Amino acid sequence: MTTAQPDTQGTMPLDTTLERQEGSALARAVLTPFRWMRAYPTLWAGLILLTFMILFGVVGSRFVDPELARAGTVDIDLDPWQTVEYRVKGEERSAFSVLGTDSQGRDVWAVTLLGTPLTIYVGFLAALIGMSIGTVLGFIGGFYGGIIDNIFKSFADMLITVPVLMILVVVAVTLKSSIDVTQQALIIAAFVWMWPLRTIRSQVLTMRERAYVSVAQISGANTLEVIFLEMLPNLLPFLAASLATAVATAMLTTIGMDALGLGPQNQPTLGNTIYWALFYSAPFRGIWWWWAPPVLALALVFGSLYLITAGLDPLANPRLRRQV
Amino acid sequence: MTAEYLLRRIGVFFLVIWGAATFNFVLPRIADVNPIEERMSQLASRGAVSSGNTEAMIKNFEKRFGLDQPLYEQYLRYLWNFARFDFGFSIAYFPTQVRSVIAQALPWTLVLVTISSLIYMVLGMALGALVAWPGASRLFKVLFPPIMALSSIPYYLVGIALVHFFAFQLEWFPLGGGYTVGTSPGWDTEFYLDATKHAILPALSIILVSIGFSAIGMRGMMVTTQGEDYMLLAEAKGARSWRLFAWYGVRNAMLPQITSFALALGHVVSGVILVEVVFGYPGIGSMLLQAIRNFDYTLLYGIVYLVILSIALATLILDLIYPRLDPRITYAPRS
Repeated sequence: MTTAQPDTQGTMPLDTTLERQEGSALARAVLTPFRWMRAYPTLWAGLILLTFMILFGVVGSRFVDPELARAGTVDIDLDPWQTVEYRVKGEERSAFSVLGTDSQGRDVWAVTLLGTPLTIYVGFLAALIGMSIGTVLGFIGGFYGGIIDNIFKSFADMLITVPVLMILVVVAVTLKSSIDVTQQALIIAAFVWMWPLRTIRSQVLTMRERAYVSVAQISGANTLEVIFLEMLPNLLPFLAASLATAVATAMLTTIGMDALGLGPQNQPTLGNTIYWALFYSAPFRGIWWWWAPPVLALALVFGSLYLITAGLDPLANPRLRRQV
Repeated sequence: MTAEYLLRRIGVFFLVIWGAATFNFVLPRIADVNPIEERMSQLASRGAVSSGNTEAMIKNFEKRFGLDQPLYEQYLRYLWNFARFDFGFSIAYFPTQVRSVIAQALPWTLVLVTISSLIYMVLGMALGALVAWPGASRLFKVLFPPIMALSSIPYYLVGIALVHFFAFQLEWFPLGGGYTVGTSPGWDTEFYLDATKHAILPALSIILVSIGFSAIGMRGMMVTTQGEDYMLLAEAKGARSWRLFAWYGVRNAMLPQITSFALALGHVVSGVILVEVVFGYPGIGSMLLQAIRNFDYTLLYGIVYLVILSIALATLILDLIYPRLDPRITYAPRS
């Protein structure tokens, strides 16, 4: 936090911990992350949980046979915790089924491992694209103002009140030709740029009037320099918080589409797993090992994103630091 | 409220529903999908359609939508039909009108959304206010973080867990549906009780998740309110603590929540649609799932249009009555 301004009003214990200079350079380098963790425990808890969920899927899926996540591979409705025998192209295989199988012959453990990174991938891709659109439009609007700004803002305001899932249902049903996960992310990206636009625009509006921006402009910096060197660094906490929110929104939308049967077909995403679990009434039949793993995985990912957003709040809104 | 603001706000409302209708019109034409042919080939592949019925349907549809006429004429006719809530026949429930199919499902969703929204707003605002109030029990501060964490999870995932524990294992509540199968919906006490029993779990999954959302906004406003001068004055005058809390604090902090409620409405309705899918609740959500599975394009477009329209209308109404509720807000131009 080298950019932090010294606070003359309430002293902030957070920043004094971070900026205390003592010990050798090596000790500081080693200790700094830990100090950060102590200063922002919520943020770190979120980041660690999210990393864990990504690794859980990415690393874990190396240890399972992808064939197990395909419908019809194993016997249906098997209880958890047993060894299963199955056949792929005439070749006998066996695997240990941690969570049993579903009513279509998929291994739930394999589906959860393969599905978690897929769903996170859709969320991140859609959010990154949506964020980029929102940030660029927010900068243009906030910086130049005038009629362009008005158009962007009105359009965003209008789109925010519309239930995006409804629009996506129409898009997905009409395009019917089955989409893959990347295409789904692209479609969702078209509808997650509004909140970032509003956040960035309002920040740019206040920043435009600040002294350091005027100084930079008077010293002959061009617009791009002002944006990238003066404004963007100050926006990083906002961008990070917006990104976490956008990922959550995008993931919410993707599993919503999946749960209505409009997701990428034949892909073991967590949303699709929930769709099939509902299709076969798993919750009503007490087959907890079918619906609980995807629900739990999603709850943990959403929880980690919530922790990240909440943890970034004191950085994005310094006023909150003095509350409570 | 100025006339200019009123006109602009109503203009935005019509722009949204015009946009929604146009979107429904343009998209199938860009994608080059003919809903009726699509549906026919679907049915034919299942051998579920008799040829006489098919021809009657196609003829009816082409005449109905004037598919042989120029595009702008089709478009105008389409807009005119949508403006009158005339979405044509449902493809799956032919010859029932889309309008009457939706009319059957709509009350279920409206009641579910309204009641659970009211409950979560009240509970959330109470919790948020108490968390920010220095004199309140520590219990609320302990309760706050878990409820906030819960608010990040989609409604229907919580719903699935609720079904398992309270309906499947404990058998306290019925397994899904809107009323006991075999009874016919009527206006008697028995039916109301039955319907309420079926609605508790769906409503609970919406409420549990949304409390946090409403509480966090209220907490923020309560903290701001406590710094106001009138608070200090009231305290100095010796107003009682509960009066400070309810009359000076909550009352003033409550009103801005209406705005965040209006903004969240689209999100809430999308969530409710999926909750209905989980519980098989006979509202708009289940109807939408049916429409998707049956490739019932007319019903689908009708539902989407109506949902967008209802939310736009609710937002408009909230925006217009808001300055009447909260005298601090004016839409007069700043001079």
